[in-house]
Amino acid sequence: MNSALIFIFLTIVLALFLGIRARRGKDMSLEQWAVGGRGFGAAIVFLLMAGEIYTTFVFLGGSGYAYGHGAGAYYLLGYGSLPFILSYFLLPPIWRYAKERNLISQPDFFASKYNSPVLGVLVAIVGFAALVPYLVLQLKGLGIIVSVSSYSALSSNQGVLIGAVVVAVYVALSGVHGSAWTSVVKDALVMFVAVFLGLYLPYHYYGGVGDMFAAIEKAKPGFLALKNVGESPVWMVSTVILSTLGFYMWPHMFMATYTAKREEVLRRNAFVLPIYQLMLLFILFVGFSAVLAVPGLTGGDIDLALFKVSLATFDPWFVGVIGAAGILTALVPGSMILMTSATLLANNVYRPLRPQSSDAHVARVAKWLAPAVMALAVLFTLGGGQTIVALLLMAYALVTQLFPVLLASLIGKNLVTRPAAFASIIVGEATVAWVSLTKKSVAALFPFLPDALKDLNVGIVALAFNVATLVVVTLLTRRTAAAAQLSADAS
Amino acid sequence: MRSIHLLALLPVLAVLVGPFFVNRVTPYVLGMPFLLAWLAGALVLTSIVMAIIYYADRARFEAADRGQEGV
Repeated sequence: MNSALIFIFLTIVLALFLGIRARRGKDMSLEQWAVGGRGFGAAIVFLLMAGEIYTTFVFLGGSGYAYGHGAGAYYLLGYGSLPFILSYFLLPPIWRYAKERNLISQPDFFASKYNSPVLGVLVAIVGFAALVPYLVLQLKGLGIIVSVSSYSALSSNQGVLIGAVVVAVYVALSGVHGSAWTSVVKDALVMFVAVFLGLYLPYHYYGGVGDMFAAIEKAKPGFLALKNVGESPVWMVSTVILSTLGFYMWPHMFMATYTAKREEVLRRNAFVLPIYQLMLLFILFVGFSAVLAVPGLTGGDIDLALFKVSLATFDPWFVGVIGAAGILTALVPGSMILMTSATLLANNVYRPLRPQSSDAHVARVAKWLAPAVMALAVLFTLGGGQTIVALLLMAYALVTQLFPVLLASLIGKNLVTRPAAFASIIVGEATVAWVSLTKKSVAALFPFLPDALKDLNVGIVALAFNVATLVVVTLLTRRTAAAAQLSADAS
Repeated sequence: MRSIHLLALLPVLAVLVGPFFVNRVTPYVLGMPFLLAWLAGALVLTSIVMAIIYYADRARFEAADRGQEGV
Protein backbone atom coordinates (compact mmCIF):
# COMPACT_ATOMS: atom_id res chain seq x y z
CA MET A 1 0.00 0.00 0.00
CA ASN A 2 1.51 3.36 -0.94
CA SER A 3 1.36 6.43 1.30
CA ALA A 4 -1.18 8.24 -0.90
CA LEU A 5 -3.60 5.39 -0.44
CA ILE A 6 -3.33 5.65 3.36
CA PHE A 7 -4.46 9.30 3.30
CA ILE A 8 -7.32 8.47 0.97
CA PHE A 9 -8.58 5.69 3.24
CA LEU A 10 -8.23 7.81 6.38
CA THR A 11 -10.32 10.52 4.73
CA ILE A 12 -13.05 8.13 3.76
CA VAL A 13 -13.16 6.61 7.26
CA LEU A 14 -13.21 10.09 8.83
CA ALA A 15 -16.05 11.21 6.55
CA LEU A 16 -18.06 8.13 7.46
CA PHE A 17 -17.35 8.56 11.17
CA LEU A 18 -18.32 12.26 11.23
CA GLY A 19 -21.37 11.60 9.10
CA ILE A 20 -22.72 8.87 11.36
CA ARG A 21 -21.75 10.56 14.62
CA ALA A 22 -23.71 13.66 13.55
CA ARG A 23 -27.02 11.94 14.23
CA ARG A 24 -26.33 11.58 17.95
CA GLY A 25 -29.15 12.82 20.14
CA LYS A 26 -31.51 13.65 17.28
CA ASP A 27 -34.75 11.87 16.53
CA MET A 28 -34.65 11.74 12.77
CA SER A 29 -38.01 13.15 11.72
CA LEU A 30 -38.13 14.32 8.11
CA GLU A 31 -37.60 17.90 9.31
CA GLN A 32 -34.47 16.95 11.27
CA TRP A 33 -33.19 14.74 8.47
CA ALA A 34 -33.73 17.14 5.58
CA VAL A 35 -33.38 20.64 7.03
CA GLY A 36 -31.66 20.03 10.37
CA GLY A 37 -34.74 21.09 12.35
CA ARG A 38 -34.05 24.64 11.05
CA GLY A 39 -31.46 25.01 13.79
CA PHE A 40 -28.19 25.67 11.98
CA GLY A 41 -26.14 28.73 12.85
CA ALA A 42 -24.15 31.01 10.59
CA ALA A 43 -21.04 28.86 10.28
CA ILE A 44 -22.78 25.68 9.21
CA VAL A 45 -25.20 27.29 6.76
CA PHE A 46 -22.19 29.10 5.35
CA LEU A 47 -20.34 25.83 4.80
CA LEU A 48 -23.36 24.08 3.28
CA MET A 49 -23.72 26.91 0.77
CA ALA A 50 -20.01 27.23 0.10
CA GLY A 51 -20.08 23.48 -0.49
CA GLU A 52 -22.09 24.11 -3.61
CA ILE A 53 -19.22 26.10 -5.12
CA TYR A 54 -16.40 23.75 -4.14
CA THR A 55 -17.52 20.57 -5.84
CA THR A 56 -15.42 18.28 -8.00
CA PHE A 57 -16.63 20.37 -10.90
CA VAL A 58 -14.52 23.27 -9.69
CA PHE A 59 -11.63 21.28 -8.22
CA LEU A 60 -11.09 19.28 -11.41
CA GLY A 61 -13.22 21.20 -13.91
CA GLY A 62 -12.23 24.74 -12.89
CA SER A 63 -8.51 24.08 -13.01
CA GLY A 64 -8.99 22.00 -16.15
CA TYR A 65 -10.98 24.75 -17.82
CA ALA A 66 -8.25 27.30 -17.12
CA TYR A 67 -5.73 24.84 -18.54
CA GLY A 68 -7.72 24.07 -21.68
CA HIS A 69 -9.66 27.26 -22.34
CA GLY A 70 -7.67 30.06 -20.71
CA ALA A 71 -9.66 33.22 -20.12
CA GLY A 72 -13.01 31.39 -20.53
CA ALA A 73 -12.45 30.06 -17.00
CA TYR A 74 -12.60 33.58 -15.54
CA TYR A 75 -16.37 33.28 -15.65
CA LEU A 76 -16.10 31.28 -12.42
CA LEU A 77 -15.23 34.50 -10.57
CA GLY A 78 -18.39 36.23 -11.81
CA TYR A 79 -20.30 33.14 -10.74
CA GLY A 80 -18.63 33.46 -7.36
CA SER A 81 -19.95 36.94 -6.70
CA LEU A 82 -23.35 37.72 -8.22
CA PRO A 83 -25.43 34.86 -6.73
CA PHE A 84 -24.74 36.23 -3.27
CA ILE A 85 -26.05 39.69 -4.13
CA LEU A 86 -29.22 38.03 -5.32
CA SER A 87 -29.32 35.89 -2.17
CA TYR A 88 -29.43 38.95 0.09
CA PHE A 89 -32.78 39.97 -1.34
CA LEU A 90 -34.15 36.58 -2.34
CA LEU A 91 -33.45 34.20 0.54
CA PRO A 92 -34.89 35.96 3.61
CA PRO A 93 -38.46 36.05 2.22
CA ILE A 94 -38.11 32.41 1.11
CA TRP A 95 -36.85 31.38 4.54
CA ARG A 96 -39.60 33.29 6.37
CA TYR A 97 -42.37 31.81 4.23
CA ALA A 98 -40.97 28.28 4.60
CA LYS A 99 -40.64 28.57 8.36
CA GLU A 100 -44.18 29.86 8.85
CA ARG A 101 -45.54 26.85 7.00
CA ASN A 102 -42.97 24.23 8.05
CA LEU A 103 -41.95 23.55 4.45
CA ILE A 104 -39.29 20.90 3.89
CA SER A 105 -38.42 21.10 0.22
CA GLN A 106 -38.37 23.35 -2.83
CA PRO A 107 -41.49 21.83 -4.45
CA ASP A 108 -43.34 22.49 -1.16
CA PHE A 109 -42.63 26.16 -1.70
CA PHE A 110 -44.03 26.28 -5.24
CA ALA A 111 -47.01 24.10 -4.28
CA SER A 112 -47.83 26.35 -1.34
CA LYS A 113 -47.34 29.67 -3.13
CA TYR A 114 -49.50 28.64 -6.07
CA ASN A 115 -51.83 26.52 -3.94
CA SER A 116 -51.29 23.55 -6.25
CA PRO A 117 -49.83 20.19 -5.14
CA VAL A 118 -49.56 19.23 -8.82
CA LEU A 119 -47.20 22.15 -9.43
CA GLY A 120 -45.16 20.70 -6.55
CA VAL A 121 -44.96 17.36 -8.37
CA LEU A 122 -43.81 19.10 -11.58
CA VAL A 123 -41.12 21.04 -9.72
CA ALA A 124 -40.02 17.86 -7.91
CA ILE A 125 -39.61 16.05 -11.22
CA VAL A 126 -37.63 18.93 -12.74
CA GLY A 127 -35.42 18.99 -9.65
CA PHE A 128 -34.86 15.24 -9.71
CA ALA A 129 -34.05 15.31 -13.44
CA ALA A 130 -31.41 17.97 -12.77
CA LEU A 131 -29.96 16.35 -9.65
CA VAL A 132 -29.24 12.89 -11.01
CA PRO A 133 -26.74 14.03 -13.67
CA TYR A 134 -25.18 16.28 -11.04
CA LEU A 135 -24.71 13.31 -8.74
CA VAL A 136 -23.28 11.25 -11.61
CA LEU A 137 -20.77 14.03 -12.23
CA GLN A 138 -19.62 13.97 -8.58
CA LEU A 139 -19.18 10.19 -8.72
CA LYS A 140 -17.28 10.38 -11.97
CA GLY A 141 -14.97 13.01 -10.48
CA LEU A 142 -14.56 10.85 -7.39
CA GLY A 143 -13.51 7.90 -9.53
CA ILE A 144 -10.89 9.99 -11.36
CA ILE A 145 -9.48 11.37 -8.12
CA VAL A 146 -9.25 8.01 -6.36
CA SER A 147 -7.61 6.27 -9.28
CA VAL A 148 -5.11 9.03 -10.12
CA SER A 149 -4.13 9.93 -6.55
CA SER A 150 -3.74 6.27 -5.55
CA TYR A 151 -1.27 5.88 -8.45
CA SER A 152 -3.76 3.46 -10.04
CA ALA A 153 -3.71 1.12 -7.01
CA LEU A 154 -7.49 1.50 -7.10
CA SER A 155 -9.44 1.64 -10.32
CA SER A 156 -11.82 4.44 -11.09
CA ASN A 157 -14.79 2.08 -10.76
CA GLN A 158 -13.64 0.91 -7.33
CA GLY A 159 -13.39 4.56 -6.28
CA VAL A 160 -16.94 5.20 -7.47
CA LEU A 161 -18.29 2.19 -5.56
CA ILE A 162 -16.50 2.98 -2.28
CA GLY A 163 -17.58 6.63 -2.42
CA ALA A 164 -21.16 5.74 -3.29
CA VAL A 165 -21.50 3.33 -0.35
CA VAL A 166 -20.00 5.82 2.13
CA VAL A 167 -22.32 8.62 1.01
CA ALA A 168 -25.41 6.42 0.87
CA VAL A 169 -24.79 5.08 4.39
CA TYR A 170 -24.32 8.38 6.14
CA VAL A 171 -27.06 10.15 4.24
CA ALA A 172 -29.56 7.43 5.13
CA LEU A 173 -28.52 7.60 8.80
CA SER A 174 -27.84 11.28 9.44
CA GLY A 175 -29.30 13.34 6.60
CA VAL A 176 -28.18 16.94 6.49
CA HIS A 177 -26.45 16.68 9.89
CA GLY A 178 -23.93 14.33 8.29
CA SER A 179 -23.32 16.68 5.36
CA ALA A 180 -22.82 19.59 7.74
CA TRP A 181 -20.16 17.83 9.79
CA THR A 182 -18.24 16.53 6.81
CA SER A 183 -18.37 20.06 5.33
CA VAL A 184 -16.30 21.38 8.20
CA VAL A 185 -13.39 19.04 7.46
CA LYS A 186 -13.78 19.44 3.73
CA ASP A 187 -13.62 23.21 3.59
CA ALA A 188 -10.62 23.43 5.90
CA LEU A 189 -8.70 20.91 3.81
CA VAL A 190 -9.75 22.26 0.41
CA MET A 191 -8.91 25.81 1.45
CA PHE A 192 -5.43 24.75 2.51
CA VAL A 193 -4.78 22.65 -0.60
CA ALA A 194 -6.12 25.26 -3.05
CA VAL A 195 -4.17 28.18 -1.61
CA PHE A 196 -1.01 26.16 -1.19
CA LEU A 197 -1.05 24.73 -4.72
CA GLY A 198 -2.14 28.05 -6.24
CA LEU A 199 0.88 29.81 -4.79
CA TYR A 200 3.47 27.05 -4.73
CA LEU A 201 3.08 25.74 -8.29
CA PRO A 202 3.49 29.13 -10.04
CA TYR A 203 6.48 29.84 -7.79
CA HIS A 204 8.02 26.40 -8.35
CA TYR A 205 7.71 26.37 -12.14
CA TYR A 206 7.89 30.05 -13.08
CA GLY A 207 9.23 32.01 -10.10
CA GLY A 208 5.89 33.61 -9.20
CA VAL A 209 2.32 34.31 -10.31
CA GLY A 210 3.28 37.36 -12.40
CA ASP A 211 6.11 35.51 -14.10
CA MET A 212 3.77 32.61 -14.83
CA PHE A 213 1.21 34.78 -16.63
CA ALA A 214 3.95 36.61 -18.53
CA ALA A 215 5.40 33.26 -19.66
CA ILE A 216 1.98 31.99 -20.79
CA GLU A 217 1.24 35.23 -22.67
CA LYS A 218 4.58 34.86 -24.44
CA ALA A 219 4.04 31.21 -25.36
CA LYS A 220 0.33 31.46 -26.23
CA PRO A 221 -0.62 35.08 -27.09
CA GLY A 222 -4.33 35.79 -26.59
CA PHE A 223 -4.86 32.83 -24.21
CA LEU A 224 -5.35 35.11 -21.21
CA ALA A 225 -8.08 37.36 -22.68
CA LEU A 226 -11.53 36.49 -24.01
CA LYS A 227 -11.82 35.82 -27.72
CA ASN A 228 -13.90 37.80 -30.20
CA VAL A 229 -15.84 34.73 -31.29
CA GLY A 230 -16.87 31.72 -29.18
CA GLU A 231 -15.85 32.35 -25.59
CA SER A 232 -16.40 36.07 -26.03
CA PRO A 233 -17.51 38.68 -23.47
CA VAL A 234 -21.12 38.06 -24.62
CA TRP A 235 -20.70 34.36 -23.86
CA MET A 236 -19.16 35.06 -20.46
CA VAL A 237 -21.72 37.62 -19.34
CA SER A 238 -24.70 35.53 -20.45
CA THR A 239 -23.24 32.44 -18.75
CA VAL A 240 -22.71 34.38 -15.52
CA ILE A 241 -26.32 35.63 -15.65
CA LEU A 242 -27.66 32.10 -16.13
CA SER A 243 -25.50 30.66 -13.37
CA THR A 244 -26.52 33.46 -11.02
CA LEU A 245 -30.23 32.90 -11.57
CA GLY A 246 -29.80 29.13 -11.32
CA PHE A 247 -27.58 29.06 -8.23
CA TYR A 248 -30.34 29.06 -5.62
CA MET A 249 -32.78 27.21 -7.87
CA TRP A 250 -30.92 23.98 -7.23
CA PRO A 251 -33.25 22.01 -4.94
CA HIS A 252 -30.43 21.29 -2.48
CA MET A 253 -29.42 24.96 -2.27
CA PHE A 254 -33.02 25.91 -1.69
CA MET A 255 -33.18 23.39 1.15
CA ALA A 256 -29.87 24.60 2.59
CA THR A 257 -31.65 27.94 3.02
CA TYR A 258 -34.26 26.27 5.23
CA THR A 259 -31.58 24.96 7.61
CA ALA A 260 -30.84 28.49 8.87
CA LYS A 261 -31.86 29.30 12.42
CA ARG A 262 -32.47 32.98 11.72
CA GLU A 263 -32.76 34.95 8.50
CA GLU A 264 -29.91 37.18 9.60
CA VAL A 265 -27.64 34.17 8.97
CA LEU A 266 -28.59 34.29 5.29
CA ARG A 267 -28.00 38.05 5.04
CA ARG A 268 -24.60 37.87 6.62
CA ASN A 269 -23.56 35.11 4.24
CA ALA A 270 -24.15 37.52 1.37
CA PHE A 271 -21.03 39.45 2.28
CA VAL A 272 -18.90 36.67 3.74
CA LEU A 273 -19.32 34.16 0.92
CA PRO A 274 -18.02 36.37 -1.94
CA ILE A 275 -14.67 36.93 -0.23
CA TYR A 276 -14.51 33.18 0.41
CA GLN A 277 -14.83 32.64 -3.34
CA LEU A 278 -11.41 34.20 -3.82
CA MET A 279 -10.26 30.62 -3.33
CA LEU A 280 -11.40 30.11 -6.93
CA LEU A 281 -8.56 32.38 -7.97
CA PHE A 282 -6.03 29.91 -6.59
CA ILE A 283 -7.75 27.01 -8.34
CA LEU A 284 -7.36 28.96 -11.60
CA PHE A 285 -3.66 29.57 -10.80
CA VAL A 286 -3.20 25.80 -10.49
CA GLY A 287 -4.75 25.26 -13.91
CA PHE A 288 -2.62 27.98 -15.50
CA SER A 289 0.55 26.65 -13.87
CA ALA A 290 -0.06 23.34 -15.63
CA VAL A 291 -0.31 24.97 -19.06
CA LEU A 292 3.44 24.96 -19.69
CA ALA A 293 4.43 22.45 -16.96
CA VAL A 294 2.40 19.48 -18.24
CA PRO A 295 1.41 20.41 -21.79
CA GLY A 296 -0.48 18.18 -24.17
CA LEU A 297 -3.70 17.28 -22.33
CA THR A 298 -6.67 17.65 -24.66
CA GLY A 299 -10.38 16.87 -24.76
CA GLY A 300 -11.77 15.35 -21.57
CA ASP A 301 -8.24 14.89 -20.20
CA ILE A 302 -7.98 18.59 -19.35
CA ASP A 303 -9.85 17.71 -16.15
CA LEU A 304 -6.72 15.85 -15.06
CA ALA A 305 -4.56 19.01 -15.19
CA LEU A 306 -4.53 19.53 -11.41
CA PHE A 307 -3.51 15.96 -10.67
CA LYS A 308 -1.03 15.66 -13.52
CA VAL A 309 0.85 18.73 -12.37
CA SER A 310 0.69 17.54 -8.74
CA LEU A 311 2.01 14.08 -9.63
CA ALA A 312 4.89 15.71 -11.49
CA THR A 313 5.73 17.95 -8.54
CA PHE A 314 5.09 16.29 -5.18
CA ASP A 315 5.88 13.18 -3.13
CA PRO A 316 3.20 10.50 -2.97
CA TRP A 317 2.09 11.35 0.58
CA PHE A 318 1.25 14.91 -0.45
CA VAL A 319 -0.56 13.69 -3.54
CA GLY A 320 -2.59 11.67 -1.03
CA VAL A 321 -3.48 14.85 0.87
CA ILE A 322 -4.62 16.51 -2.38
CA GLY A 323 -6.58 13.38 -3.24
CA ALA A 324 -8.23 13.47 0.18
CA ALA A 325 -9.34 17.08 -0.40
CA GLY A 326 -10.64 16.10 -3.83
CA ILE A 327 -12.59 13.16 -2.43
CA LEU A 328 -14.29 15.43 0.09
CA THR A 329 -15.29 17.86 -2.67
CA ALA A 330 -17.24 14.95 -4.14
CA LEU A 331 -18.63 13.41 -0.94
CA VAL A 332 -20.15 16.53 0.63
CA PRO A 333 -22.06 17.91 -2.37
CA GLY A 334 -22.87 14.31 -3.30
CA SER A 335 -24.52 13.77 0.06
CA MET A 336 -26.53 17.01 -0.19
CA ILE A 337 -27.71 16.08 -3.67
CA LEU A 338 -28.61 12.54 -2.65
CA MET A 339 -30.56 13.62 0.43
CA THR A 340 -32.43 16.25 -1.58
CA SER A 341 -33.34 13.81 -4.37
CA ALA A 342 -34.74 11.34 -1.85
CA THR A 343 -36.71 14.09 -0.09
CA LEU A 344 -38.18 15.33 -3.39
CA LEU A 345 -39.36 11.87 -4.33
CA ALA A 346 -40.74 10.93 -0.91
CA ASN A 347 -42.25 14.25 0.12
CA ASN A 348 -43.41 15.65 -3.19
CA VAL A 349 -44.15 12.70 -5.43
CA TYR A 350 -44.94 9.81 -3.05
CA ARG A 351 -46.89 11.79 -0.44
CA PRO A 352 -49.33 13.44 -2.91
CA LEU A 353 -49.99 9.98 -4.39
CA ARG A 354 -50.76 8.52 -0.94
CA PRO A 355 -52.10 11.49 1.02
CA GLN A 356 -53.03 9.34 4.02
CA SER A 357 -49.36 8.51 4.76
CA SER A 358 -48.08 9.63 8.16
CA ASP A 359 -45.05 11.91 8.49
CA ALA A 360 -43.04 9.09 10.03
CA HIS A 361 -43.87 6.87 7.06
CA VAL A 362 -42.76 9.50 4.53
CA ALA A 363 -39.52 9.99 6.50
CA ARG A 364 -38.84 6.23 6.32
CA VAL A 365 -39.55 6.21 2.58
CA ALA A 366 -37.07 9.06 2.08
CA LYS A 367 -34.35 7.18 3.97
CA TRP A 368 -34.87 4.05 1.91
CA LEU A 369 -34.97 5.99 -1.32
CA ALA A 370 -31.53 7.50 -0.67
CA PRO A 371 -29.60 4.25 -1.32
CA ALA A 372 -31.89 3.48 -4.27
CA VAL A 373 -31.15 6.83 -5.93
CA MET A 374 -27.45 6.28 -5.27
CA ALA A 375 -27.62 2.88 -6.95
CA LEU A 376 -29.23 4.50 -9.99
CA ALA A 377 -26.49 7.14 -10.13
CA VAL A 378 -23.79 4.45 -9.86
CA LEU A 379 -25.37 2.58 -12.76
CA PHE A 380 -25.30 5.72 -14.90
CA THR A 381 -21.72 6.46 -13.84
CA LEU A 382 -20.38 2.98 -14.60
CA GLY A 383 -22.46 2.81 -17.77
CA GLY A 384 -20.05 5.34 -19.25
CA GLY A 385 -21.39 8.49 -20.80
CA GLN A 386 -18.95 10.89 -22.39
CA THR A 387 -21.51 13.64 -22.29
CA ILE A 388 -21.39 14.37 -18.54
CA VAL A 389 -20.47 18.01 -19.02
CA ALA A 390 -23.25 18.42 -21.54
CA LEU A 391 -25.60 16.83 -19.00
CA LEU A 392 -24.46 19.23 -16.28
CA LEU A 393 -25.00 22.26 -18.46
CA MET A 394 -28.44 20.91 -19.30
CA ALA A 395 -29.15 20.34 -15.60
CA TYR A 396 -28.16 23.93 -14.85
CA ALA A 397 -30.41 25.25 -17.58
CA LEU A 398 -33.24 23.01 -16.25
CA VAL A 399 -33.21 24.47 -12.73
CA THR A 400 -32.82 28.04 -13.98
CA GLN A 401 -36.21 27.77 -15.67
CA LEU A 402 -37.84 27.76 -12.22
CA PHE A 403 -36.59 31.27 -11.51
CA PRO A 404 -39.29 33.44 -13.17
CA VAL A 405 -42.17 31.60 -11.49
CA LEU A 406 -40.41 31.77 -8.12
CA LEU A 407 -39.62 35.47 -8.46
CA ALA A 408 -43.21 36.27 -9.42
CA SER A 409 -44.43 34.49 -6.28
CA LEU A 410 -42.25 36.70 -4.09
CA ILE A 411 -43.25 40.07 -5.52
CA GLY A 412 -46.11 41.76 -3.68
CA LYS A 413 -49.45 40.42 -4.79
CA ASN A 414 -48.58 37.64 -7.20
CA LEU A 415 -50.11 38.43 -10.58
CA VAL A 416 -49.06 35.17 -12.21
CA THR A 417 -51.85 32.61 -12.56
CA ARG A 418 -51.52 28.89 -11.90
CA PRO A 419 -51.87 27.87 -15.59
CA ALA A 420 -49.20 30.43 -16.49
CA ALA A 421 -46.83 28.97 -13.89
CA PHE A 422 -47.28 25.48 -15.38
CA ALA A 423 -46.97 26.71 -18.96
CA SER A 424 -43.84 28.76 -18.35
CA ILE A 425 -41.98 25.96 -16.57
CA ILE A 426 -42.99 23.42 -19.21
CA VAL A 427 -42.06 25.69 -22.15
CA GLY A 428 -38.74 26.57 -20.51
CA GLU A 429 -37.84 22.94 -19.77
CA ALA A 430 -38.94 21.73 -23.20
CA THR A 431 -36.75 24.36 -24.85
CA VAL A 432 -33.77 23.33 -22.73
CA ALA A 433 -34.29 19.65 -23.52
CA TRP A 434 -34.70 20.32 -27.22
CA VAL A 435 -31.68 22.60 -27.46
CA SER A 436 -29.51 20.23 -25.39
CA LEU A 437 -30.48 17.13 -27.30
CA THR A 438 -30.06 18.70 -30.73
CA LYS A 439 -26.91 20.53 -29.53
CA LYS A 440 -27.97 23.71 -31.28
CA SER A 441 -26.13 26.94 -30.62
CA VAL A 442 -27.76 30.36 -30.68
CA ALA A 443 -26.00 31.04 -33.98
CA ALA A 444 -27.63 27.94 -35.53
CA LEU A 445 -31.06 28.71 -34.09
CA PHE A 446 -31.18 32.37 -35.06
CA PRO A 447 -28.87 32.95 -38.04
CA PHE A 448 -30.39 36.40 -38.54
CA LEU A 449 -29.06 37.73 -35.21
CA PRO A 450 -26.19 40.22 -35.27
CA ASP A 451 -22.85 38.47 -34.83
CA ALA A 452 -22.33 40.03 -31.42
CA LEU A 453 -25.28 38.09 -29.96
CA LYS A 454 -24.44 34.71 -31.49
CA ASP A 455 -22.29 33.72 -28.52
CA LEU A 456 -25.20 34.02 -26.07
CA ASN A 457 -25.54 31.01 -23.79
CA VAL A 458 -28.48 28.98 -25.16
CA GLY A 459 -30.05 28.83 -21.69
CA ILE A 460 -30.87 32.52 -22.13
CA VAL A 461 -33.06 31.67 -25.13
CA ALA A 462 -35.04 29.15 -23.09
CA LEU A 463 -35.39 31.72 -20.33
CA ALA A 464 -36.71 34.29 -22.81
CA PHE A 465 -39.35 31.82 -24.11
CA ASN A 466 -40.19 30.98 -20.51
CA VAL A 467 -40.80 34.58 -19.49
CA ALA A 468 -42.76 35.33 -22.66
CA THR A 469 -45.02 32.35 -21.92
CA LEU A 470 -45.46 33.49 -18.34
CA VAL A 471 -46.63 36.94 -19.44
CA VAL A 472 -48.87 35.81 -22.31
CA VAL A 473 -50.63 33.00 -20.43
CA THR A 474 -51.11 35.19 -17.38
CA LEU A 475 -52.77 37.87 -19.52
CA LEU A 476 -54.95 35.23 -21.21
CA THR A 477 -56.03 33.50 -18.00
CA ARG A 478 -56.27 36.37 -15.55
CA ARG A 479 -59.74 37.42 -16.52
CA THR A 480 -61.08 33.86 -16.19
CA ALA A 481 -59.31 33.45 -12.87
CA ALA A 482 -60.68 36.76 -11.59
CA ALA A 483 -64.21 35.83 -12.68
CA ALA A 484 -63.93 32.44 -10.95
CA GLN A 485 -62.70 34.16 -7.82
CA LEU A 486 -65.63 36.60 -7.92
CA SER A 487 -68.24 33.89 -8.27
CA ALA A 488 -66.51 31.89 -5.52
CA ASP A 489 -66.62 34.92 -3.24
CA ALA A 490 -70.27 35.52 -4.08
CA SER A 491 -71.39 31.98 -3.27
CA MET B 1 -36.11 48.61 -1.58
CA ARG B 2 -34.08 51.28 0.20
CA SER B 3 -31.72 53.62 -1.61
CA ILE B 4 -28.71 51.99 0.11
CA HIS B 5 -29.63 48.80 -1.77
CA LEU B 6 -28.77 50.52 -5.05
CA LEU B 7 -25.12 50.17 -4.05
CA ALA B 8 -25.48 46.49 -4.99
CA LEU B 9 -25.63 47.58 -8.62
CA LEU B 10 -21.93 48.47 -8.55
CA PRO B 11 -20.54 44.91 -8.52
CA VAL B 12 -23.32 43.78 -10.88
CA LEU B 13 -22.23 46.37 -13.44
CA ALA B 14 -18.58 45.53 -12.85
CA VAL B 15 -19.18 41.86 -13.70
CA LEU B 16 -21.82 42.19 -16.43
CA VAL B 17 -20.71 45.35 -18.25
CA GLY B 18 -17.04 45.58 -17.33
CA PRO B 19 -15.81 42.63 -19.44
CA PHE B 20 -16.82 44.43 -22.65
CA PHE B 21 -14.44 47.27 -21.82
CA VAL B 22 -11.60 45.63 -19.90
CA ASN B 23 -11.08 42.43 -21.90
CA ARG B 24 -7.30 42.74 -22.05
CA VAL B 25 -4.17 41.11 -20.69
CA THR B 26 -2.16 44.25 -19.91
CA PRO B 27 -1.47 46.05 -17.69
CA TYR B 28 -0.86 43.21 -15.25
CA VAL B 29 -2.31 43.87 -11.79
CA LEU B 30 -0.66 41.97 -8.92
CA GLY B 31 0.80 39.78 -11.63
CA MET B 32 -2.61 38.86 -13.03
CA PRO B 33 -3.98 39.58 -16.52
CA PHE B 34 -6.12 42.72 -16.36
CA LEU B 35 -9.50 41.06 -16.91
CA LEU B 36 -8.79 38.42 -14.24
CA ALA B 37 -7.71 41.08 -11.75
CA TRP B 38 -10.84 43.10 -12.62
CA LEU B 39 -13.13 40.17 -11.83
CA ALA B 40 -11.24 39.32 -8.65
CA GLY B 41 -11.61 42.97 -7.68
CA ALA B 42 -15.35 42.73 -8.36
CA LEU B 43 -15.47 39.81 -5.91
CA VAL B 44 -13.87 41.93 -3.19
CA LEU B 45 -16.12 44.87 -4.11
CA THR B 46 -19.17 42.59 -3.73
CA SER B 47 -18.15 41.71 -0.20
CA ILE B 48 -17.55 45.34 0.75
CA VAL B 49 -20.79 46.58 -0.78
CA MET B 50 -22.89 43.81 0.75
CA ALA B 51 -21.28 44.38 4.15
CA ILE B 52 -22.22 48.08 3.97
CA ILE B 53 -25.80 47.17 3.03
CA TYR B 54 -25.96 44.53 5.76
CA TYR B 55 -24.89 46.90 8.51
CA ALA B 56 -27.16 49.67 7.19
CA ASP B 57 -30.11 47.27 7.23
CA ARG B 58 -29.20 45.63 10.47
CA ALA B 59 -30.57 48.27 12.80
CA ARG B 60 -33.88 47.98 11.01
CA PHE B 61 -34.03 44.21 11.26
CA GLU B 62 -32.64 43.74 14.74
CA ALA B 63 -35.95 44.26 16.45
CA ALA B 64 -37.61 41.72 14.16
CA ASP B 65 -34.86 39.15 14.73
CA ARG B 66 -35.17 39.49 18.50
CA GLY B 67 -38.86 38.78 18.12
CA GLN B 68 -38.19 35.61 16.14
CA GLU B 69 -35.72 34.18 18.61
CA GLY B 70 -38.42 34.11 21.25
CA VAL B 71 -40.57 31.83 19.13
